[in-house]
Formats: sequence, structure tokens, C-alpha cells
Amino acid sequence: MSMKTEKIIRLTLTYFVILIVSAVILYPIIWIVGSSLNPGNSLSSSQVIPDNATLTHYKSLFNLEESQYLIWYMNTLIICFSTMIITVIMIALMAYSFSRYRFVGRKYGLMTFLILQMIPNFAALIAIYILAVVTGLIDTHILLILIYVGGLLPMNTWLAKGYFETIPHDLDDSAKIDGAGHFRIFWSIILPLVKPILAVIALFAFITPFTDFILARILLRSPENYTLAVGLYDMVANNYGAEFTKFAAGAVLIAIPIGLVFLSLQRYLISGLTSGGTKG
Amino acid sequence: MDIEENDELKTKHRKVAAYLSIFPGGGQYYNKQFLKGLFFTVTAISFFVVFYDLFNIGFWGLITLGEVPMEDHSIFLLVQGIIAVIVLAFGLLLYGLNIYDAFKAGKRRDQQLGKPSIREQYRNLIDSGFPYLMITPGFFLLIFVVIFPIIFVVLLSFTSYDVNNRPPARLIEWVGFKNYIEIFQLDLWRRTFFSVFTWTLVWTFVATTIQIAIGIFLAVLLNQEGVKFKRTVRTIFILPWAVPAFVSILVFAGMFNNTFGTINIHILDFFGIDPVPWMTNPLYTKIALIMIQSWLGFPFIFVMVTGVLQSIPNELYEAAKVDGASIWQKFKSVTFPIIMYASAPILITQYTFNFNNFNVIFLFNGGGPPVSGQNAGSSDILISWIYKLTLEQSQYGKAAAITLLLSLLVITVAIWQFRRTRAFKEEGMM
Repeated sequence: MSMKTEKIIRLTLTYFVILIVSAVILYPIIWIVGSSLNPGNSLSSSQVIPDNATLTHYKSLFNLEESQYLIWYMNTLIICFSTMIITVIMIALMAYSFSRYRFVGRKYGLMTFLILQMIPNFAALIAIYILAVVTGLIDTHILLILIYVGGLLPMNTWLAKGYFETIPHDLDDSAKIDGAGHFRIFWSIILPLVKPILAVIALFAFITPFTDFILARILLRSPENYTLAVGLYDMVANNYGAEFTKFAAGAVLIAIPIGLVFLSLQRYLISGLTSGGTKG
Repeated sequence: MDIEENDELKTKHRKVAAYLSIFPGGGQYYNKQFLKGLFFTVTAISFFVVFYDLFNIGFWGLITLGEVPMEDHSIFLLVQGIIAVIVLAFGLLLYGLNIYDAFKAGKRRDQQLGKPSIREQYRNLIDSGFPYLMITPGFFLLIFVVIFPIIFVVLLSFTSYDVNNRPPARLIEWVGFKNYIEIFQLDLWRRTFFSVFTWTLVWTFVATTIQIAIGIFLAVLLNQEGVKFKRTVRTIFILPWAVPAFVSILVFAGMFNNTFGTINIHILDFFGIDPVPWMTNPLYTKIALIMIQSWLGFPFIFVMVTGVLQSIPNELYEAAKVDGASIWQKFKSVTFPIIMYASAPILITQYTFNFNNFNVIFLFNGGGPPVSGQNAGSSDILISWIYKLTLEQSQYGKAAAITLLLSLLVITVAIWQFRRTRAFKEEGMM
């Protein structure tokens, strides 16, 4: 067998595998889009893409009298943005102190973070539920946001600290000689240089609450407070099949924008995950 | 070095000051730092005045968990008890600081360095206080939303809090290791624990290994010379990662549905296979779960390994070619070892991730289908079982005990893994 025929056979097999994998990846996407265009409430058509396709399910999702989908979308975005902003501020402050100052308790602090990072995030699940019930903070967004932030702090502080340490200390020293105060050095010298890592952390801090289901499910009780994950689950679980086409439309409206944002930002996400990724 | 210096000093101000500071502020007065001394004295007094009640109720509650049903709420008492302990820890920290500060100022006197001016003291306070100021908000948050709940779970696992013992109608008691023992002694619990635990391990191992294998295979496949449209194919391969997992899982739940799901009515029908009871047969549910997780999980591995492959120098392959290595030999002796070397720690995180992968288990089939003779569904993994014990069955004490057993396991793996990462060695820990 010559080199050339071997190469042709190898490439043919490769393309064949690529085709199969692409089909497996794309089929669920095509199917859910098809379902969302299905005219009935439940799936009745025998074709994947129905002949008499309709957009009524999308319309009803945008109608506040028929569906709370838009409210869930708003809730999710509010929670994600709040988590992101608080997390980035706190982490910038903490990573700066840990990388630039040698203070009493620094090592214990870092050690605590490391240990907390290893403790699986479900460890506090029962406590969060019981405490939320007894303190009356159940069904509020504020508690959910604080818990997300708390969960994000340990690992991402380590991640950011590593990056902060790559910024040469000479910069701070010369600024100090020029008479800059602590906060000024932080704000106008270090902060602009560490933007890349803060962007990565912001991305993490946005995605984590967006994709979380378990905490939101435990804490949020009334439908008008739901996030998308809980809301969509409810749509499916409560009357399975009866509202499936509407659910499909809701799923498409999440998958497309988030998918596009993800594809455009994935480079940053990968760099963050591979440099400090410890929790998967 | 320090000790030698101290021995040469003739006066003993540092020791006297430290001893006097056993009464908060005493050492500072001795060192003629009256303002500072006053600060410590006033802080100490107000600390006791303000927190007296908390300590009183907190510690009593922590020990007894309440004495009168309907009046004492055991959970509130437990919460107050933990807060009292945390506050006390803070107080002791401040107290230690007070002694340390007196000692330091005394030492300055011994070394005859003179008392720092108020201005100097102020600068000093700002310089050494700044990092604490920056850390405080984050640390407080951690204490209350992470550390506090964890302590609570640990304590809860030693109490009798369950569906029959619920405050305020009933009091909770400390029961020692009863919950732990019962998990292994009572038939129902032991059977459930071991069947859930076995499936959790099988699930973690099989699902993760498959997703890693697919990821590596596709990355190597696509990295071959002469393959066209690489960018487009890569984008398609990343799609399962780009769509939020909860959406995909719910969609899959629909696809695998016994009656209207597309897997049964379109795909299997096309190949002439009879419908399969995906959601009602334990074995088929498990197979479906592993297939779904492979779909969801391989893109991340694929992307990471692609990055590694692109950094392998071409000379290695040329050398292998000269030696007459086959494709498989090249993969086995060049590509695979490099991939493993570069990404082993991240691959391990994939195992811990699936070990805790609540979303896919719960959203696909709610841990079901149910099985008789145990209080977990047949596809429940430990974390979804804990969820059910807490939210559906109110078995808080046992759920806490299982959580703790499980956490120990995860932490062991994490420590083992952490000892190999770089960030760790840089700080010289462990």
C-alpha cells in the first residue's frame, strides 16, 4: 500500500468520524428548534421539523400574562451581574493584599482559602437550607448572590493572586517614592495591569450563577423569584409533555445568546481554567 | 538572632508590658501610650457588655440545645452558639493583639529607640492596617456564608434533627455518632448507602473516562495534517460546552422520553429497533446518563488537548517517522505521554466534577426510577441523595453525616492533587 492511498484512507475515515460526531452534536439542537416551532402544546408531529411551523410559543413567552419567562430572564441577569460585580471587587482587593503585603496572618489566610477551596460546594447545602428557613432569608435573591460570591472567592483569589505576582514590584516601589498612597498604587498602577485576569474572573462569576441549579432550587420558592434554570425545570417537571413545545422555545432563547457570547469569549475562559482550574 | 539581641538588653519593659496587658490596655499604660491603652480597655469592656447575653445564651444553648419544647428553638440556639464561638474567637484575636502590641512597644523601650510620635504611629497603623482593610469584606462574607454553614453541618451530624424531631415542637439532642453508626447498621440505610455509593463511583469513573477518551481522540483526529475546515469543525465540537448544561440536560430528558422522545420515535425507529424504556428502567437510565455526560463533557477536554497538541514540536514526530513508527506507535509513545504530562491535574478535576455532578442526575430523571427497599432512586448519586434527604425527607442529621463522610473523601483527593500543583509550592505550604 503506497503512502498516498494510506493517506486517502486515513482522511476518509477522519471525515467520516467528524461527520458522525457533528451529527450527534447538532441533532439535539435541530430537534429542540423543531420542537419549539411545533404548533401543538405537546409533541405530536412525526417529523423533526414540522410542516406547519409556528412562532406562537415564542410570542407567548414574551407575553407576561401567559408566562413568567421574561421575569426569570431578568432575575437571572440581575443575579449574575450582581455576583460578578461583587466578586470582582472583593477578589481584586484580596488578591492585591495577598500578593503585595506581608502581614501577620497572611499565610493562615491563604491556607484557609486553600482548604475552603477543597471542601466540596455541596457541604454547606443542608446548612444553607435550614439557616435560610430559620432566618427568613429563603426566597430572596440577596442570600443567593452572597452565597455565590462566597463560593467563588477562595479559588479565584488564588488564581488572581498568581497573576498579580507576575506584575513587577518595581512599579509599586517607584510609585511609592513618587509619593503615591496605598490606594492610589492599587487603583492607578496595578489595577490597569491586571485587567485580563479580572476579566476571566468576571466571566466565571457570571457563568457560575447562570448555570447553577441546585442552590437556586433550594432557596427560591415563589415562581416570580425563579431563575431561568429553576423556571425551565419547573416548566418541564410540573406538567411534563403538556408544555414541552413552550419549554423548547424557552430553551432556544437561552442557548442561542449564551452560546454566542460563550463562543466569542471562550479563549479567555480556557486560559483561566487551565491556569488555575481546580474545581472543574 | 532575635533572642540574642533580647538577652543583651538590660531592662525588661517588654515582659512587664506583656504581662500587664493581661488586663487589656495595661501594658500600653505602662508604656505611656495612654490613648492606645484606653482604646484596648474600652474595647474589652464594651465587648463583654455587648456580647454578654450572646455568650450566656450561646454557650448554654450549644451545650443543652434547649430545655423547654415550644419555648427553646434548638436550631436557633445552635446558630447562636456558633455565632458566640466565632465572636469569642475574634475577641481572643484582639486580646492577643493587645498583648503583642504591648510587648512590641516594650521592646522598643528596651532597645532605647524612644516612643514613636503620634504621627509615626498613625503612619504605622495605616501601613500595616491597609491589607487588613482590603481583606475584611471578603473575609466576613466567607465566615458567614461558607465557614459558618460548614461548622453548622458538622455539628448537625451529631444531633437528632430529623422528620420526627423538629423544633419548635420538639427539642433536638446531641446524639454523638449515632447518625454515622446507623447509616452502616440500619438495613434500609446501609443498603441505600452502598448502592448509591457504588453507582456514584461507577458513574464518576465511567462517565469521566469516556468523556476524556472522546475529547483526546477527537483532538488528535482533528490535529492531523491535511484535514480541512479545522476551524469550522472545532466550532461545532465546542457547541455542547457553549450551551448552558441545564438547558441541554432538560432537552435530553425530552429526547429520551419514553413516549414522545425523538430517540425512540425517530432514531431507533429508523434503525428498526423497538422503543427502549429509558426513563423507567434503571439500567437504561444509567446508560443514557453516561451518554449525555459524554456529550456534555468532551468539548472541554477536546479544547484543552488541542492546545497541548499545538505546542508539541514537529521534530518529535519527524524523529519518530525516521524510526519508522506507525500512527499508533506515534500516539502511544509521543502524543499521549505529553498530553498526560501537561493536563493530568485538570483531568483529575473532571473526576471530582462528575462525582458532584448534581445537575445531570437530577435534571435528567430526578435520580429515578425509584427502587423498592431503599430511600434513594436508582440513578441517584450521593449528592442528589443528600438533596432528597434534606428537601424531601427532612432527614437532616443523617444527611449531614453523609455530607461529612463524602466531604472527607473529596478533600482527600483534593489534597493529594494539590500537592502537585505549582501555586502551592510557590507558597511553600505542606
